[in-house]
Amino acid sequence: MSTKVVDRSPLTFYESTYLPALLGGLKVTTRHAWNTLVKGKTVTMEYPEQKWVVPEGYRGAPYLVKDQEGATKCVSCQLCEFVCPPKAIRITPPGPNGQKADRTNAEKMPQEFEINMLRCIFCGLCQEVCPEEAIFLQKDYSLTGESRAEMIYNKEKLLKLGGTHAGIQKWKHKLEEAKEQEVFPVATE
Amino acid sequence: MTVKVNGKTLQVPKTMPDWQGKPQPTTMLQAARFAGVDIPHYCYHDKLPVAGNCRMCLVEFGTPMMGPDRKPVLNEDGSPKIAKSVLPYEPGTSRGAIACASPISPGMEIYADSPATKQMREAVLESLLINHPLDCPICDQAGECKLQEYSVQHGQAGSKFVEAKVHKPKEVDLGPRIVLDDERCVLCTRCIRFTKDIAGDDALGIVNRGSYNTIAAWQEGKFDNNYTLNTVDLCPVGALTSKDFRFKMRVWFLKETKSVCTSCGTGCSITIGSREGVIHRYEPRENDAVNGPWMCDEGRLNYKWVGRADRLKDVLVRGQKSDWSTATREISAKLASAPAGSVAIIASARQTTEELFLLKKLATKLGALTDSIAREGEGDKLLVNADKNPNSNGARLTGIAFTEFGFNLPKIADGIANGTIRTLVVFGEDVTKHGLGADLLAKLDALIVCDILPNATTALATHLLPGAAHAEKRGTFVNVKGRLQKFMKAVEAPGDARAEWEFLHELVFNVTGQNGFVSIEGLFNQMAKEVPAFAGLEWAKVGDTGVNVPI
Repeated sequence: MSTKVVDRSPLTFYESTYLPALLGGLKVTTRHAWNTLVKGKTVTMEYPEQKWVVPEGYRGAPYLVKDQEGATKCVSCQLCEFVCPPKAIRITPPGPNGQKADRTNAEKMPQEFEINMLRCIFCGLCQEVCPEEAIFLQKDYSLTGESRAEMIYNKEKLLKLGGTHAGIQKWKHKLEEAKEQEVFPVATE
Repeated sequence: MTVKVNGKTLQVPKTMPDWQGKPQPTTMLQAARFAGVDIPHYCYHDKLPVAGNCRMCLVEFGTPMMGPDRKPVLNEDGSPKIAKSVLPYEPGTSRGAIACASPISPGMEIYADSPATKQMREAVLESLLINHPLDCPICDQAGECKLQEYSVQHGQAGSKFVEAKVHKPKEVDLGPRIVLDDERCVLCTRCIRFTKDIAGDDALGIVNRGSYNTIAAWQEGKFDNNYTLNTVDLCPVGALTSKDFRFKMRVWFLKETKSVCTSCGTGCSITIGSREGVIHRYEPRENDAVNGPWMCDEGRLNYKWVGRADRLKDVLVRGQKSDWSTATREISAKLASAPAGSVAIIASARQTTEELFLLKKLATKLGALTDSIAREGEGDKLLVNADKNPNSNGARLTGIAFTEFGFNLPKIADGIANGTIRTLVVFGEDVTKHGLGADLLAKLDALIVCDILPNATTALATHLLPGAAHAEKRGTFVNVKGRLQKFMKAVEAPGDARAEWEFLHELVFNVTGQNGFVSIEGLFNQMAKEVPAFAGLEWAKVGDTGVNVPI
């Protein structure tokens, strides 16, 4: 490897007074002071009163979403619980005598769905593995609470925070398809 | 007979046992197994008659070519020339055969991995998935579903099918313990064959035609024999699911522990599915010496008592909460100072052989009368035995009880009545129901009781020790036919409850002075040395399916 010898010429008299360096620095300071104080262009935020809006694709806290009819999308398949590397997700399946799903034609929904936000590492595997588009990493990045218990978000809280995701309604679509069938074998009553 | 599987030449027997054990010509599927090749299949099952309807086991094959002189045609190198089976009207296309029902012939070559075989499997899977709802997220079979497995192994990602799927009934009530989802069914008829030929209850059949084919019970909800849940295991897809296990837990979370069913003297080999200390299901474990691949519904669903909220969790001395060391010390002192003949022991044939062995040691030292309690019920021709104790033979072989249970009970009752018996040790039985009423028990100085669930006897105990269920400890049972099987620990015992053998061996040491073994392996090996029927046995040598012992 060849060595390049950098030319280090001695300072001129003017340079050795340090004045050009001082003036250069003063110019930058004055420009910023002018921009913020007079023109009002701020570069910092008054956090936490003001909050940064994260860009699209940011991996914030995972929340459960509802469909366009306000029904729970999660069917309690427990794949997110299985894939979750820090074991932050805990689902209680409905069991044989549990509550029926509130979504048209779906047979199952979780009895309880808990995410321990202290354990969550915001990796997004739950969103990736979900076959029902029911869990999404959203834009919340600053979660606080006064106790550990408060940081375990339950189904109700997750659904409230998650909002609506209007995707395809596959279970409803199945029912519509079945109803169009010449012979409709599903008991209609 | 010499055949070639995937280019590997091997010798296979001419006949193999069929589902009833009768010799039948060896099939291509069985021959492939000799070569370590597993041919995918849905409808074929070792213990059911062959139906050959799912077509999944189609394989390409070839047979030695015969000349007009009925002599094999040879290649230039002298090897026999093989004629691959092809469609008669389209000689370029191979004609597969279903491996489950096609017998082998000498010199046959089976191509289980060839491109043609692969293509056949892809086509069969594509057809099976035409009307499949793909509702794996809500299907209880997901994770142990052959349709999922074979789709990954042998299927293709896409489907040429663009039309709307045929929809069939879902959540059909087939019987008291079974739910049917007709959309998921691949019509393999395993359930129909099982209930007709094994359970002897011709309750199921296929109704309707074409794409509307559905499984149906002879009358709605009337698929109710005592073996219905085996069809859930048999069903290769999620069509038949258990009502008890429905939506309870995804199967991939379940820890599988090898164990033995305790509901009757048959002692079916089972697998306990548990997660984080909670038992979710029992499943039969294949053991041809005991239960084959089946078990009865009654035994399968008899697991909920293990997790009951009212389990005994505390050591109680005269009604006060105590701890193991205090109780063991007090009981040891009491027994060690007891005059010969003043102690009686009533053990349970629901205890493990090791525990009964330790109790017998104690009884010998104390000169105690011992007995156990018979539990009779109804049996059937298939698996259910009339003896409802899982370890009656264990109690007999260790010498705790005579051939006839309850022989010593009246003597013990008399002993208590006339004051010769001052201390009674009861393990796992409610003796108030067997001639030792509360008035008799009140005459005792000490009533030492170890049990799992509360009953009238545990309420009267001066020393109450919480015991462990079979799923919470290791041990062995000897079934009615003399099959000794070991079982493993699946879950932790609640509260202070402890495996009986653990404190019994302490007690035996304190009372008799004989040092015992602190591990179940050592204890079993010691028992094998001292009990003639178990001579030569070792814990490590008793396999998963058990060994026969003379009874």
